[in-house]
Amino acid sequence: MSNIPENVEDTLKLLGLGNYVSDRSLATAVHLSLQLGRPLFLEGEAGVGKTEIAKVLSETLGRKLVRLQCYEGLDVASAVYEWNYSSQMIEIRMAEAEGVKDRDQLGNDIFSDKFLIRRPLLQALEPSDGGAPVLLIDELDRTDEAFEAYLLEVLSDFQITIPEIGTVKAAETPIVIITSNRTREIHDALKRRCFYYWVDYPDAERELEILAIKAPQANEELSRQVVEFVQRLRAMDLFKVPGIAETIDWASALHQLDIIELTPDAIEDTLGVLLKYQDDIAKIRGSEAAKILDEVKSEIATAQLASG
Amino acid sequence: MSEKAIPNEARPALDARARLDKLDNVEDVDAGKIATNIMHFARVLRSAGLPVGPGKVIEGIKAVETIGIDNREDFYWALHAVFVNRRDQREIFDQAFHIFWRNPKLLERMASLVLPSFVDPEAQQQAEEMNRRLAEALKQNPPDTPGEGEGNGEEEDPDITVDAVMTWSANEVLQETDFEKMSSEELEAAKRAIARMRLPIMEVPTRRFKRDSGGRRIDMRNTLRAAMRGGGASIPLQFRKRKRRHPPLVVLCDISGSMSRYSRMVLHFMHAITNDRDRVHTFLFGTRLTNVTRQLRNKDVDEALDKVGEAVDDWSGGTRIGHSLHDFNTNWSRRVLGQGAVVLFISDGLDRDAADGLEREIERLHMSCRRLIWLNPLLRYDRYEPKSLGARALLPHVDEFRSIHNLDNLEQLSEVLTKPALDKGFGHNPWQEAAE
Repeated sequence: MSNIPENVEDTLKLLGLGNYVSDRSLATAVHLSLQLGRPLFLEGEAGVGKTEIAKVLSETLGRKLVRLQCYEGLDVASAVYEWNYSSQMIEIRMAEAEGVKDRDQLGNDIFSDKFLIRRPLLQALEPSDGGAPVLLIDELDRTDEAFEAYLLEVLSDFQITIPEIGTVKAAETPIVIITSNRTREIHDALKRRCFYYWVDYPDAERELEILAIKAPQANEELSRQVVEFVQRLRAMDLFKVPGIAETIDWASALHQLDIIELTPDAIEDTLGVLLKYQDDIAKIRGSEAAKILDEVKSEIATAQLASG
Repeated sequence: MSEKAIPNEARPALDARARLDKLDNVEDVDAGKIATNIMHFARVLRSAGLPVGPGKVIEGIKAVETIGIDNREDFYWALHAVFVNRRDQREIFDQAFHIFWRNPKLLERMASLVLPSFVDPEAQQQAEEMNRRLAEALKQNPPDTPGEGEGNGEEEDPDITVDAVMTWSANEVLQETDFEKMSSEELEAAKRAIARMRLPIMEVPTRRFKRDSGGRRIDMRNTLRAAMRGGGASIPLQFRKRKRRHPPLVVLCDISGSMSRYSRMVLHFMHAITNDRDRVHTFLFGTRLTNVTRQLRNKDVDEALDKVGEAVDDWSGGTRIGHSLHDFNTNWSRRVLGQGAVVLFISDGLDRDAADGLEREIERLHMSCRRLIWLNPLLRYDRYEPKSLGARALLPHVDEFRSIHNLDNLEQLSEVLTKPALDKGFGHNPWQEAAE
């Protein structure tokens, strides 16, 4: 049951506690969002660790994580609430059998808390142990504009109106993290209510730190080669460059295959972990991969000479 | 926790005050001025085209109170989190920040000259001279300068960066174009044509439902409500069915020299269709790719076309279809084709680069969209056969090929697009045979 960090330094430590290697800039945005109670809007390519931030926050702050995975056609029934129709039907039958004549009474019975199925958005407004939950609205760009517009009310006032019951308002503002892969632009009206942060690919040094935590089984030499190789791929003209998730997967895969050093053959066998489009694989496979590997090795050698 | 919340909230603000009091000789910033300076900074950003309203200024001040100003980096990222809300605004923010917080007055003086919103033609000459010097001065600073040189794709990027804007004077001479104003009869005719037009695009079922007495699914929620109205004695079933909706439409239009006699027509068409329905994205390309969706959203067609004329630099020049498609595939395809878009590709298939790399790019485009329709206005003769290198590369990868023999008005254009598809199957295409 830890409290919200008081300054950027503490926020950085907090993320570190959850094994999340963060830039100070990201920590600043997270800190602002926690302190001022506004949603944090994270945009970036797939596999740079956007979703992870919400998970880490929920873990380190000891809050419940409520996740809303977005998809096209997401509607109120699956995002906010739904009535439990079969139970309601039974209730009506029972009332009928007992000969209840009072319509208002029956209406109140049918549309009461008992028959309400709470979906993520409504759950996030409810008080829970250890403080308000972390609400993760994942891949918002996958839903349509109609749902985005609905979110406006929820995210600015943290309240939801259910016609049969009334308005539900959050006693304590939940911590809201919204992520987007930018498969379409999110409307400015929504972004305006949030703190914005573009999550970029990390630099070599930071990526190495991440590998040390997320794939500790891979030895240091291999990790360095993997990171340098991936960094070079990112500078190339590929349809989809590998994210951090791919780097971690690759390092683990190489370790599983008992490879302690990158070789052209090893790359050839495992390239599918790193690149997910056939064009990209065809472009890199073979001589190109060998060339990059040579560059990587000579770079590491020079760096070691310089430091040693 | 609630008892502690109040002192917690109040503290950073007090801290910031206390720190500010100590810092009166640091740069130009002191306690009384910080809020004013943030306001001025916001104004500079607004004039540079960032959507920064008064609400944001207040937020910016709150954010700085929370963060404090003893760490320049935190200060930077706090303002960044508030003022920036798209990736392409980062460059402008970054440069504005570095100049403003070193010397606010300098930037205010320069803002009108440097930043993209500048449109005063009288001062342009003066501006042109300033630009190069400023560009050099600024180039020493930006941490993340985009790659330089011709044709590496950075300049074509529709994201506005200060760098790109300021170097126009040194670049190749690019053409702007004027369009004849549209007469009101033409306008009426165009509207009618568009209203009649039915693109050969199937409507797709969505996952949303609407009430429909002829629907096949039971709408439980309304059924129960109806039951309550009757006191629960009977349960009259209510029905619903899936809503159907057009998939998004992406128009990629060639505006090179060989297409120039059609460009006005096609732009009118694009304007009409952009305003007629939602989820339309429009791009123009000649030697480079430009996203003109925002310009074409302007309701007035003449005004919209003027803006397009300003935004696009490569009217009636050469065509580099492969290059432009590559640009589209890397920078835009994930953003605009995400929801199963239909792509309407308008081009005559004549390519300056002799179809270099074109086949690979059109294949990639074809695989990323729901349906790829190629509209070719070159075919002025009935016996035309697509023999050019570009056309040969394109043909195997389109779902549908439409040609137009004499494009004089929008009616013809919409008529061609309304006709049912030649071949609905994915197997044999008559036009592919012609290309071999």
